Amino acid sequence: MNAERLVAMVKKEFVQMRRDPATLRLMLAVPVIQLLVFGFAVRTDVRNLPTVVFDQSRTQESRAFVQALVATDNFAVKREVRSYAEAIEAVDAGQARAAVVMPPDYARNLKRGDTAPVQVLVDASDPTASQSAIAAAQLVGQRTNMTLVAARTSAGGNPLTNLPVDVRVRPLYNPALANAIFIVPGLIGMILSNTLIIITALTVVRERETGTLEQLIVTPLAKWEIMLGKIAPYVLVGYVQLTTVLVVGHWVFHVPIRGPLPALYGASLLFIIASLGLGLFISTLGRNQAQVMQIAFLFLLPNILLSGFMWPREAMPAAARWVGMILPLTHYLRLVRGIVLKGNGLTELWPQLLALAAFALVFFAFATRRFSKTLE
Amino acid sequence: MNTEDRRVVVELRDLVKRFGNVTAVAGVSFTINAGEIFGILGPNGSGKTTTIRMLCGLISPTSGSALVAGADVAREPERVKSRIGYMSQAFGLYRDLTVDENLAFYGGVYGLGAEFAARLSWAKQAMRLGELGGRLSGVLSGGQKQRLALACAMMHAPEVVFLDEPTAGVDPAARRLFWTIIRERAAEGVTMIVTTHYMDEAERFDRLAFLSRGHLVALGSPAEVKHQFGESHSLEDIFVDLQEKDS
Repeated sequence: MNAERLVAMVKKEFVQMRRDPATLRLMLAVPVIQLLVFGFAVRTDVRNLPTVVFDQSRTQESRAFVQALVATDNFAVKREVRSYAEAIEAVDAGQARAAVVMPPDYARNLKRGDTAPVQVLVDASDPTASQSAIAAAQLVGQRTNMTLVAARTSAGGNPLTNLPVDVRVRPLYNPALANAIFIVPGLIGMILSNTLIIITALTVVRERETGTLEQLIVTPLAKWEIMLGKIAPYVLVGYVQLTTVLVVGHWVFHVPIRGPLPALYGASLLFIIASLGLGLFISTLGRNQAQVMQIAFLFLLPNILLSGFMWPREAMPAAARWVGMILPLTHYLRLVRGIVLKGNGLTELWPQLLALAAFALVFFAFATRRFSKTLE
Repeated sequence: MNTEDRRVVVELRDLVKRFGNVTAVAGVSFTINAGEIFGILGPNGSGKTTTIRMLCGLISPTSGSALVAGADVAREPERVKSRIGYMSQAFGLYRDLTVDENLAFYGGVYGLGAEFAARLSWAKQAMRLGELGGRLSGVLSGGQKQRLALACAMMHAPEVVFLDEPTAGVDPAARRLFWTIIRERAAEGVTMIVTTHYMDEAERFDRLAFLSRGHLVALGSPAEVKHQFGESHSLEDIFVDLQEKDS
């Protein structure tokens, strides 16, 4: 271990980063662009589905139910229709993406204690977009039921044998709570890992291509000093990206940050190092930038598909879940969602912390092992 | 020639390098003395660069051995690296760093510590880098780049320096200045080992080794080498003969 050598290496990497302001700007702008694109795409698709209402009951109760649906921001009532067929037609024609059908005896059934069936038709041609609407409709049904049950119990009436409102969503899709608030914390992990993996994957191979590697490996620098020097500046870049995404996510998408920030920043260090280590490792696998990019994409796609960023891992086949386990992002997603959304502290998340620490160590060791100080 | 010191600083013993079934260096043995300007000459593909890279610990020999500055290139390549200077064929410094930053980087990498300031001013003066300190390395002329590369390779005052085709693609005036600098360093006692395929540079070496298809075909001072091939031959004739035999 020679501190002077390591410092020289780190300093050089910082100067080179500063000399390339275009790349630096890109590294900071890309996360914001990705966040806005993903965040808004998710938001606008899921929210305010154009909705038609076929209200046969025309009572205060039925209007209250529709109002509750609108209040979730998932439905925006475009117009009233006068028949079931017209409602279906509107969805078929794409004028509306949801239709609410209130039965004629809705209010009467509620008062009598009979089940009042409500139909919510959701155009599920884009399942991810409709999932949230479906869930919201069901949530509204549940909430209405709870209010009604509570009101009846406190009035001293008999407990209900049937649920008052029965919301039937058609066609039924596996309802999952996916919304912007759920997506943005995931985006932190996705953006961090993808940009950091690509940046570092390119660094070693770029030195090889420009011919500076030959001059570098003839010096007494130890392999791990070269590796550590290469990633040090990007730890800083990772933190800047993390902060940017958090701030923009909080201001633009109103993502709450419920858990302790120091926990999030501490845990993120492990993830950043793991991602950089993976990038370095990839860098040692290819001879030129084109090859390295190909290999990097081999990791980036599973990162998006199998980590639980887009789709719940619970629904995946065992093999896909297993592959997901060897991605640092899978573990970091649980961490970041736990801290940001559930308000977890690190005590609840130590298995993920342990996994990330292991990844950081293993990838760095692999990269150092693979990196050769010879030209063969 | 420049020094009485006949101490051997580089010794090759039956050095062999094969890449797959291509033999790049086929059992070469010779020694180089301290303070010599030693030339490794030969046409393209004769094994010059492979030999020099083995001597720098950048590739390991298939068989045979070599001692460089007291360290074995096959067994302790990292020790070799800390004792030598190496200037690669292509410009190997960071083009996005200034002259001073490149020198500082190599000074740090070789752990110069408190000696750095003294070495920096020595390097800039010895390599005629003058006022170029703040200039980006990428915008230097070919000759300036070569001198900066040599400066970086010599920041840690190595006793042996390897230069792989240092004057390729450099204009004649810059080449002449570069040779002046090489002679000055040798006069200070540093062993300068240079590969070249410019035959007009052959006369500048104290001694030289002629490689052809990985074999050592001649060894000695320019006069001795001429003698081995017959007095009527100039070194250039010998070189062309070898090249024609190769192709």
